[in-house]
Amino acid sequence: MVLRVCRAVLGGADAEDAWSETFLAALKAYPELPDDANVEAWLVTVAHRKAIDVARAAARRAVPVGELPESLSAPGADGRDLDLAAAVAGLPRRQRQAVAYHYLGGLPYQEVADVIGGTAEAARRAAADGIAKLRKTYKETIDDHKS
Amino acid sequence: MITNHETEARELLEVLPAVTEAELLALRDRLADSAAAQGVLDVAYRTLDTPVGSLLLAATEKGLVRVAYQVQGHERALYSLAALVSPRILHAPARLDAVSREIDEYFAGRRRTFDLPLDFSLSHGFRRAVLSHLPDIGYGHTASYAAVAAAAGRPRAFRAVGTACATNPLPVVVPCHRVIRSDGSLSGYAGGPAAKRALLTLEAA
Repeated sequence: MVLRVCRAVLGGADAEDAWSETFLAALKAYPELPDDANVEAWLVTVAHRKAIDVARAAARRAVPVGELPESLSAPGADGRDLDLAAAVAGLPRRQRQAVAYHYLGGLPYQEVADVIGGTAEAARRAAADGIAKLRKTYKETIDDHKS
Repeated sequence: MITNHETEARELLEVLPAVTEAELLALRDRLADSAAAQGVLDVAYRTLDTPVGSLLLAATEKGLVRVAYQVQGHERALYSLAALVSPRILHAPARLDAVSREIDEYFAGRRRTFDLPLDFSLSHGFRRAVLSHLPDIGYGHTASYAAVAAAAGRPRAFRAVGTACATNPLPVVVPCHRVIRSDGSLSGYAGGPAAKRALLTLEAA
């Protein structure tokens, strides 16, 4: 689950770095986690912070930024599955995050908002817009393949 | 309607490439390496196939802390390690290389004593005292519960010796299988009676 979230917000090798950093941080912090904590939700929020760290480290070689890249380059191979991954990569950052944290990570919209900023309603709208765009892009890609 | 949207969205995202087993294994190895390097790998574990079934082996930085038979439940053993030792547990075979090699040699009949650092954090008091005396029973020999009780300094505590053996966190390596009834019958064993017989037969060969 965490790897799918990381892939959706970061893509490629950066996602694996973020996954590793997430679980390493989780391993360090785990003994202090309250017994009744929702571990999966907690992991998603750790993954969010680590994704930003990884993106920042990657960007340091180019231009310093304090956030995830606005949009990601598409994964290389074609094939239907990767086309959707490419479509996710092409979403604007907030939509990508809202889709990843809510649909892949299972966070309720309020918690998505706590993580990416803004209101729960804005997070819900970002996720809905993202899904709508994915459906459209993805459908076009399938149609392209058919023709 | 909202739930409908949610379901459709989830169905769409189902198409995203799945995480393969190989990818997860590679990530898991990488995590174990960095966790060990940063000193946050409190318990490393692996499983080892042996003639008495798959054994779970777990080690802290101090030494081997747990050996569990399949019949004892590997998951259960891991849960109790998490509760009693530390929740920082990862599948990390490297720390168990020496342990695995010695156990392999033992089952191949090429090793009679184990030369491994042991971590007795899972045993306390008299039980720990009993376990510390078990390696005195040599390879190929057996001792009665009463004899072990006497060796541990409490000759009448043979029932407690039975409990110490039954709850031995390090079977095979700490040889509780060499403790049998005074009448020569095998009595119980953490790995089941067949495993106990197999170990004693191996050592008698």
